[in-house]
Amino acid sequence: MGILDIKNCTKRFGGLVAVRDLNMSLAQGSLYGLIGPNGAGKTTVFNLITGVYTPDEGSIELDGKNIHKKKPNSIATLGMSRTFQNIRLFKSMTVLQNVKLARHTRRKQGLFDAILRTHAWNQEEREIEHDAMSLLKIFNLSGRADELASNLPYGAQRRLEIARALATHPKVLLLDEPAAGMNPQESVELMHLIRSVRDRFGLTVLLVEHNMRVVMGICEKIQVIDYGETIAIGTPRQIQDDPKVIEAYLGGA
Amino acid sequence: MITFLQQLINGISQGSAYALIALGYTMVYGVLGLINFAHSDVYMFGAFMGYYIANNRVVQARLGGSVFAAVIVMLAAMALSAGLGMLIERFAYRPGRTRTRFTLAFWLGILGAVFGDLLKHSAVGMLAGAVIGIAVGVLVELAGIHPVHQDSRLGLLIIAIGVSLFLENGGQLVFGADPKFFPEIIPSRSLNVGELNLDTQKLIVLLVAVILMVLLNLLVHYTKTGKAMRAVSYNLDAAKLMGINTDRIIAVTFAVGSALAAAGGILVSLLYPKIDPLMGVMPGLKAFVAAVLGGIGNITGAMVGGLILGFAEVMAVGYGSSTYRDAIAFIVLVLILLFKPSGIMGKGAVEKV
Amino acid sequence: MKRAIFWMVAILALVGLQMQLGNWIGPYYYKIVILTGINIILAVSLNLINGITGQFSIGHAGFYAVGAYTSASLVTYGESTIRGMVEFLPRLGQDAVLLLLGILAAAIAAGIAGLAVGIPSLRLRGDYLAIVTLGFGEIIRVVILNVDAVGGARGFSSIPPMSDFFLFWVFLFVLITVSVIRNVVNSSYGRAFISIRDDEIAAEAMGVDTTRFKVLSFVISSMFAGIGGSLFGHYTAYLNPNSFTFITSFYLIIMIVVGGLGSIEGSILGAILITVVLELFRSLSEFRLVGFSILLVLVMLYRPQGLMGVWELLRLKRRTADAKS
Repeated sequence: MGILDIKNCTKRFGGLVAVRDLNMSLAQGSLYGLIGPNGAGKTTVFNLITGVYTPDEGSIELDGKNIHKKKPNSIATLGMSRTFQNIRLFKSMTVLQNVKLARHTRRKQGLFDAILRTHAWNQEEREIEHDAMSLLKIFNLSGRADELASNLPYGAQRRLEIARALATHPKVLLLDEPAAGMNPQESVELMHLIRSVRDRFGLTVLLVEHNMRVVMGICEKIQVIDYGETIAIGTPRQIQDDPKVIEAYLGGA
Repeated sequence: MITFLQQLINGISQGSAYALIALGYTMVYGVLGLINFAHSDVYMFGAFMGYYIANNRVVQARLGGSVFAAVIVMLAAMALSAGLGMLIERFAYRPGRTRTRFTLAFWLGILGAVFGDLLKHSAVGMLAGAVIGIAVGVLVELAGIHPVHQDSRLGLLIIAIGVSLFLENGGQLVFGADPKFFPEIIPSRSLNVGELNLDTQKLIVLLVAVILMVLLNLLVHYTKTGKAMRAVSYNLDAAKLMGINTDRIIAVTFAVGSALAAAGGILVSLLYPKIDPLMGVMPGLKAFVAAVLGGIGNITGAMVGGLILGFAEVMAVGYGSSTYRDAIAFIVLVLILLFKPSGIMGKGAVEKV
Repeated sequence: MKRAIFWMVAILALVGLQMQLGNWIGPYYYKIVILTGINIILAVSLNLINGITGQFSIGHAGFYAVGAYTSASLVTYGESTIRGMVEFLPRLGQDAVLLLLGILAAAIAAGIAGLAVGIPSLRLRGDYLAIVTLGFGEIIRVVILNVDAVGGARGFSSIPPMSDFFLFWVFLFVLITVSVIRNVVNSSYGRAFISIRDDEIAAEAMGVDTTRFKVLSFVISSMFAGIGGSLFGHYTAYLNPNSFTFITSFYLIIMIVVGGLGSIEGSILGAILITVVLELFRSLSEFRLVGFSILLVLVMLYRPQGLMGVWELLRLKRRTADAKS
């Protein structure tokens, strides 16, 4: 049993079966990749795991707990965090505030503490600030802490989104196409970043990505899906040589 | 039983008036995603135009009290209201969508006319004010100041509220706040069908409303313009890419919706002759509820919703209490939005993340 | 300690102002000042749910009304009982107790109303939410219209006059309102509210229970509207449901939009500006309202962020499922 287990999951949208009888098991601490041609259902899988969709059949367990009927915010509290394909930062907030927000799940302050500015509130705010700044430092963003998140260059925004996701202290981190729009240099830096983050925080990382160099470069295990079904699971080397995978990407004759 | 049938006819009559107004709301929401708060005031404008035209001595002299006169009054009011609708679209809603010119000139012109009238209570004052306003507007625009692109429906909603307030207060200014009495351009006679006592006025109102709705259906489903309207309501950008002049289609939508509202205004004024500049507020809200009830964006839905709401109201007043009459619409609204926001004929859309 | 000093100074200043301001500016302007204060309370509270949490509510007048009528009822029907309970206090003290109890009752009642309206409504998106809040606001008004104990359509006029210290009380509560809301906004609660406004899906993914927080914001907002209502009712000593129509709600919306959605200072400025303009030009009746509405349209067309808004107006998802972005 891994830290994240998807068992026999099926999701339909009207007549369309987006995901069919999917099984996936992530070992704790692993770097797992989910790939497949466009429209294969990868984002649907992500959305099922994070609670945006509810599976029609099957179950999803996070660290042994059933999560497939829970709302996204409960799942986040239980230890799952994610980034988004099209970057969803809080545009009117600063870099620092974006990260501070993510600490929300573990806040202790009550509403009256906030209103009356009690000692407890002041103390917790200091902690939040400290934690957020140290996280930003790791991601090389501490110099831009007070800038509006929307003013950051693209690469920095992606880093910020990952930093923000980490501020929830997740057990499992889901990255939705983090290398999208990056040049080769940035992709390499991203690879280093993901690996070091995994090592440093002892996380499990699930990566959906189209950039094959990134996937093959850092993933320890890869699952390939097409038309909502698994067509291969293995190490990068095994996947690269798998004829079914090649056919799915290049198209059958 | 007889009372029930009478109430039924009352309800359908009332409901068809709501339906005519609701159609305007639903069509505009369909193409723009906007709740056009100002629509209720176009309804009022239509009624007033009918009033002024019907009372015009030239009209009365030439056409007398014939059916022909009534038709002319109706058509003229509808045309004028269509014009108003298009003006509103052009100068209040379109600037947020595409780069338009003379927007500021338009509004400052009106503001200037109002001030001019304020300062010098005369046509000269108004004209001078208008000219100054237009001039300032044109100059500012030449200086490079343009309307901001509205990405949010909220902004459009607030603009709609502003336009509505403008028309209501403007109406009070121009028409006078005191109520007037709509002339009986269609005579009211009693007709006895079996044991039922029917009013010819109510029947004619119903008939005209039905004719208009049939015509609308023909327009929307059997003409190229109608097809374009439907395309725009499904996907504005795709329609643009298909070569449809979306700005023109949107203008047509407003024109048709406004004309129908004006017709509704005149028909209702026949049944309830007291008209005043704020007469559109309640019927407008209720018609909006009818549109939501039927599924906003759905034309058949607006018709169905209007009839149901009219019927419900008449029943509530007839068998219940009349003080809560206005509340019926709001209660229906709240219930619909809480339990089936997509309305009777709408389908819920699954949002893709 | 700084805070305690601030409040003591503020209270002294308000007492001083109360005693002198009437003499300086005359009763007409004095009334405008008080109405401005009440509108500031209403605008700042409305801004919390609309501007900061991004949920478009246009039925604020409903909660205003609930507060006003609750407080007025408590004071009218409970006056003798309450005065009896605090006989030992001087008249002034008794008045203060009555008023404060009324305000408290108003806040609680309005808060409950906010809860009742908010829980079912806040699941709806954008313009649907706007319409449903409008609907609820009107339902509240029609219900009040039909309750004879508070005067119904004739109005509630037997409210006992409460005190001559309204400047003091109103602006004390203005300070309280602004402080509380400012403190809420600059806390993790505020961050949660803003995150809901900016991107609800991302907020959920980061652990924010968006439904709960939307309701919380709505309830806080309606509670302060209730407080404003209470002060209004006791100041004017007469209540009529016509003071609480959706036009009233629209005026409040105009205040926060012109001031700048999302900005507390903006709401204060907007409230002051709009109240003053509305009152000063009252003699011009329809002219002022026509000019006003054109102003609103122009502000929205040319500067939707208003006076103090620094960021873009909140974005609702486009109908054509733009949710992928």
